Amino acid sequence: MARVRVTLKPTVNDPEGITIAKALGRLGFESVDQVRSGKYFEITLDEDSEPRARRQVGEMCDKLLANPVIERYSFDLEGA
Amino acid sequence: MSDKQSAIGVSQETLDEVALSRAEYEAISERLGRDPSPLELGLFGSLWSEHCGYKHTKRLLRTLPVQSPRLLVTPGAENAGVIDIGDGLAIAMKIESHNHPSAVEPFQGAATGVGGIVRDIFAMGARPIALLNSLRFGSPEDPLNRFLFHGVVAGISSYGNCIGVPDVGGEIAFDDSYSGNPLVNAMCVGLIENGRMLSASAREPGDLLALVGADTGRDGIHGASGLASRAFEEEAEMRSAVQVGNPFLEKSLIEACLEAAKLDGVMGMQDLGAAGLASAAIEMAHRSGMGLRLDLSRVTRREEGMTPYEVMLSESQERMLLALRPGAEGEVFALFRKWDLGAQVIGEFTRGGNVLISDGPELSAESPIDVLVDAPEYVLSSSKPDWLTKMQDEDPARLPLPSEAPAGVLLRLLSSPNISSRRAVFRQYDHQVQNNTVIPPGGDAALLRLKGTKKAIAVSVDCNGRLCYLDPYAGSMIAVAEACRNVSCTGAEPIALTDGLNFGNPETSDVQYQLTESVRGIRDAALAFGVPVVSGNASMYNDSRGHSIHPTPIIGALGLLEDVNAHVTSGFKGDGDLIAVLGAECAWDHPGGLAGSEFAAVLHSWTGGRPFIDLAFEVRVQMLCRRLALEGIARSAHDCSNGGLAVAVAESAIIGGCGAALVEPLPERWDAAMFGETQSRVVISIRPDRLGDLLEIAREYGIPVSAAGTVGGDRLRFAEAIDVSLEEAGRAWSAGLAAATSD
Amino acid sequence: MTQPNFGIVVFPGTWSDRDCRYAISTVLGYRASFVWHEDLNLDGYDALALPGGFSYGDYLRAGAIARFSPIMERVTEFAAAGRPVIGICNGFQILCEAGLLPGALIRNSHLEFRCEWVDLRVENIDTPFSHRARVGRTLRMPISHGEGNYQADRDTVEALERSGRVVFRYADREGRSVSSANPNGSVNNIAGIINEEGNVLGMMPHPERACETLLGGVDGNAVFQSIADSVMKFRLP
Repeated sequence: MARVRVTLKPTVNDPEGITIAKALGRLGFESVDQVRSGKYFEITLDEDSEPRARRQVGEMCDKLLANPVIERYSFDLEGA
Repeated sequence: MSDKQSAIGVSQETLDEVALSRAEYEAISERLGRDPSPLELGLFGSLWSEHCGYKHTKRLLRTLPVQSPRLLVTPGAENAGVIDIGDGLAIAMKIESHNHPSAVEPFQGAATGVGGIVRDIFAMGARPIALLNSLRFGSPEDPLNRFLFHGVVAGISSYGNCIGVPDVGGEIAFDDSYSGNPLVNAMCVGLIENGRMLSASAREPGDLLALVGADTGRDGIHGASGLASRAFEEEAEMRSAVQVGNPFLEKSLIEACLEAAKLDGVMGMQDLGAAGLASAAIEMAHRSGMGLRLDLSRVTRREEGMTPYEVMLSESQERMLLALRPGAEGEVFALFRKWDLGAQVIGEFTRGGNVLISDGPELSAESPIDVLVDAPEYVLSSSKPDWLTKMQDEDPARLPLPSEAPAGVLLRLLSSPNISSRRAVFRQYDHQVQNNTVIPPGGDAALLRLKGTKKAIAVSVDCNGRLCYLDPYAGSMIAVAEACRNVSCTGAEPIALTDGLNFGNPETSDVQYQLTESVRGIRDAALAFGVPVVSGNASMYNDSRGHSIHPTPIIGALGLLEDVNAHVTSGFKGDGDLIAVLGAECAWDHPGGLAGSEFAAVLHSWTGGRPFIDLAFEVRVQMLCRRLALEGIARSAHDCSNGGLAVAVAESAIIGGCGAALVEPLPERWDAAMFGETQSRVVISIRPDRLGDLLEIAREYGIPVSAAGTVGGDRLRFAEAIDVSLEEAGRAWSAGLAAATSD
Repeated sequence: MTQPNFGIVVFPGTWSDRDCRYAISTVLGYRASFVWHEDLNLDGYDALALPGGFSYGDYLRAGAIARFSPIMERVTEFAAAGRPVIGICNGFQILCEAGLLPGALIRNSHLEFRCEWVDLRVENIDTPFSHRARVGRTLRMPISHGEGNYQADRDTVEALERSGRVVFRYADREGRSVSSANPNGSVNNIAGIINEEGNVLGMMPHPERACETLLGGVDGNAVFQSIADSVMKFRLP
């Protein structure tokens, strides 16, 4: 299984994260400095080779899961 | 200002970065009496860009008519044009493009385009009451264009819906000339009550300059100079600078700014758009006839380590500048705090004409404002290219008759991407919020009532790029005529225009010819209608893959209807009504009408011939149309444009849910007769007993009218050639756009 | 006796506040005023409306942040006192997030925003929000939302259905609640529900937009008139 995280690039404005950070502050979580929002996917793969799985998930991220113009991604692979 | 650069020493790379030519650089050095500092170079690059400085269009735009007793603001002097509509109300309106950002990131590009034009409007103290969009894409058969289409629509939907401004209309067209270079033009209309109009200027030296709204990050740096001045394909490396909009913050900003506009201490308001603070602050000072001292260390930043250059040129969204009377900050900033918005004083207006920019104690730039805003004006060539003459000389009558049966042709046109119903798109836009929408999108023009009065305004955006390509002069006149015709079809009288000029590379002689002719066409048409062009925007360098887009001067028209109850809609109303065509002696068109038509493009993949319009005739047709609305004679009115008479009648029938029959026998060129696009025609329906009145009034205006057929039944019958069920035609028309754009 | 007094709660990002005031006050002649989400005084109001919009941008989940606004504690007390509270669109989402109504509103099943007129079958007229309507008849009003897909666990839905707490259901012109008339994928075509006590209603469609013939219809007025009637009855000695 691949666990994929997609977030906005560090320099890109994140209105959702900013709004959530302020809301957390209002709820009394004073230690909150910054929130960056993102998406999380769990993808189960039928693939024995780890390098191949890694390459495929990378391609999935490049082509569809992430918008390379504004987002970046990271993922972990876990054997079944 | 320690950087030592000589006019000869500045590298080409640096000049490319700020999109200035060497000649422009030398002019700057000469006028400053020294070489500009890096920050100053950035300021010049932005302020002398096409987007801010209108280098290639300023001379032309000055020729547009601006006279109207209703005009409250000199066009170009403020962020948007303002038109008096009586009852203590005024309308602010403007159209703006966001083409290049939308090509790079369609969702955010379109979304921030909406945000930007809305800020232009509430900067005037006007509450935004309507949005419209004019969109162009390459053929939907190319997956890239479908991706751009869906992204742009979703971006508009996301931003517009969130801020509570109804998106009431617009147009979408597909043509290969826009492949990979979509056009995303957004128009906003605002209402000013009780004469509370705001200027984008300070009152006197000593007034404070405050920055309110979002924090400043490294968003969109070089949007104005880079993206608007060079083909975006070279800009791939700048993509990390894409702006992400925050419509929620914009909604709060609208409310806070409109509340602030009522406070005595608020002297003026200016939005931040292309080239961010650089453009907004310097233009504001220039408009006030004052100098400016700015301390960038007081700008709240979203990111660490930003240079003065980045702070000045950042295009972070949802920010506004206020000119405040000293001492007013407390009251004004409390209001912004209530809406959870940032607000800081970042400088003050000064005597004299210099802008002094520092970052804390460190001085970064000091330049005379009149040099900064004095972008060069280029004289454009106006020689007609040979290829165009050849194309115009092609004779539409030489097209072969289609082998397909007429009914099949009609269904194909009804379902074609450029003609089919736009409902699949506009139902994704909130077009009703604010409770004013009388005619929603899908009619000829949208109609909004004005609460507390009997009045309504009609709004429409139009341009047929193919006709402008074939003849930029006639095509641009037709764009004005069609926008006004759509407004007139509701019964409203056109009273103002805004123009969004979308062209290719203005450094080429073809585009220079197109620009010159197009602006001449807009001018002549505006004069013929007696309406001023109150605002506008120019987007150049719309090139992709080595070709320019069709010249696309998008015209936004505003109409006023004194009594909202007199409005007319485009659908047929009931069995037994007569169908009449205003502006035509014979219902059927002639082969000349195929020039640049949708039919010729869809059936023959042919674009040629020479479009034509007689403005004086057009003006009278529209006067007649409005008179018939006011007298209650016209029960429906629909502009005859893309797809010709057959499509116009079919649309009125489908929208109204009534069948129709046209009885006149067809000539041999049945294709031209049914699908030709001769201008200045309106399809109306009337009760049979009003035919005498119709003919009598039409004679007054010297306009021929053809009593073409009748409303009724559940079929469309055009002479002996077409007999299809209304349901089948409706299906083709309703499903066409979604089918063409689905993956 | 004075006209019923509606409080219209305004959160940052709310946009139906002015439309609600227009329908309730300008069209129907009742009293209505705005209550800022940080104001804590609800004295003098007979009924509350939580209007549509995108409070806090609908970030995280629609209504998730607004439900922590200071006013929501007062809204809860107001409801607990048996007074009528209506949540429209975003207001419905906030009431669900706040636990004043069961279930949740998730993204429309087709993933697109929808702004269009729908027909609603009135399932229960024995409520302070619907007694002016007639059972089985349809009311026509607009929807305008991207997250209006009502979902709840099976037990909750069954309980709602069994106790007549589904007040409005998406239907076709003839009043049949068929799936083709479901604009967002809501379970059982549910468009509006009430709480167990019957004084808190949430609905996705916008009654305040169906307030004048000129705008396309007047069916929404029945909702506010019903509230006004019940308030006046409540006031009788």
